[in-house]
Amino acid sequence: MIPGAFAYHRPTSVKEAINLLAQFGEEGRALAGGHSLIPMMKLRLATPQHLVDLAGIAELKGIHADGRDIVIGAMTTQHDLIASELLSAKIPILRETSLVIADPQVRYVGTLGGNVANGDPGNDMPAVMVCLGASYHVAGKTGERRIAAREFYRSAYVTRLEPGEIVTGIRIPVPQAGHGYAYEKLKRKIGDYATAAAAVILSLNGGNVASCSIGLTNLAETALWAVEAAKILTGSALDAATVKKAVAAAEAITTPANDARGPAHYRTKMAGVMLARALAHAKERARG
Amino acid sequence: MPKSQVSMQVNGKAVDALVEPRTLLIHFLREQLNLTGSHIGCDTSHCGACTVDLDGKSVKSCTLFTVQANGADIRTIESMANADGTLHPLQEGFREMHGLQCGFCTPGMIMRAYRLLQENKSPTEGEIRFGIAGNLCRCTGYQNIVKAIQYAAAKINGVPFQEAAE
Repeated sequence: MIPGAFAYHRPTSVKEAINLLAQFGEEGRALAGGHSLIPMMKLRLATPQHLVDLAGIAELKGIHADGRDIVIGAMTTQHDLIASELLSAKIPILRETSLVIADPQVRYVGTLGGNVANGDPGNDMPAVMVCLGASYHVAGKTGERRIAAREFYRSAYVTRLEPGEIVTGIRIPVPQAGHGYAYEKLKRKIGDYATAAAAVILSLNGGNVASCSIGLTNLAETALWAVEAAKILTGSALDAATVKKAVAAAEAITTPANDARGPAHYRTKMAGVMLARALAHAKERARG
Repeated sequence: MPKSQVSMQVNGKAVDALVEPRTLLIHFLREQLNLTGSHIGCDTSHCGACTVDLDGKSVKSCTLFTVQANGADIRTIESMANADGTLHPLQEGFREMHGLQCGFCTPGMIMRAYRLLQENKSPTEGEIRFGIAGNLCRCTGYQNIVKAIQYAAAKINGVPFQEAAE
């Protein structure tokens, strides 16, 4: 399969990239790892006239602590996330999630920025970012701004990014030391998008849940933040009856598609199963 | 659309070429450089038959434009055997352990296994299976591919290869 013809640009700074994207308007697309965009181009479902490759921009790479946050450059790959000692120590759910994305070859090139900015409900990182309360650094012709992950996604492939804007970094508040975490993903095979997946971050105090946040993947047009389920769990000892109630509350906000991954009612039930497993796993891992 | 000038190292040799920006790396390797060892399987980044080594990473060359590889150091299956024709331990392992039947996936399997062994000199069976999860084989059931990689790891590490009891 041969993509349509395009002109290739490889800027070396964010400013240059933004100027190019502003100049090309709807005929330009930013290229990150390319494992969503290039397949679309090969099918001619995407036919950009200009590709602006972000791979040559050094300032878009790297992972560093910034006060109570960790900031990850948009072009940081899933392979880099898995290898990062800082992330393994401070936000280990990112490693756990990266390891169930696609396959080794794809993780070498797939980027965190591409995963969160594309707006594909099948991508795993949006729900994790919603769960963690991350925000996205965005740059465009009119300047820079930050958008909370919880407000970023409007519907499938539709985000709050304006034309010509790109995500340059992902800012994540470091969860409390000793927190429990888990990302549980049901998929048909290695490399598949989730039939259903759940991200959980929680902290315990005397065996009871002091705080809890839950994100759900591929169960609606966008990643879901299961606020009601987390509220039910807060203050509990994660006893079976309370978990059952929370699972029901999480299932109630899902609106999955009927597709090759199964009928909607099955995927909703699997969301509940993934959440129950993630809660159990997070509880095991939490200290306090 | 104007062509782009690219320069890269392929199997240790400097290559300069003019390519259309839309030329995928697999097409460049096979059709312009006549390196037909890397295969086009699914053409959708699932099967891994087109896997090559690029700057110390395994990549699916059907999902990468040649212009993205400008300046890169690339290795394909053609670089694996020694100049005198003796085989790389991975190639020997695939032969000795019957790690292939039709052989279509083998170049991608070997290039992926090469990078895996660079990163992890003595992988467990589970690590091998996870490490080659991006490469599909429709013949072997993977069992003998895992053994072939274990054989190569043992040979590279200079220790006797012990086949696990089944």
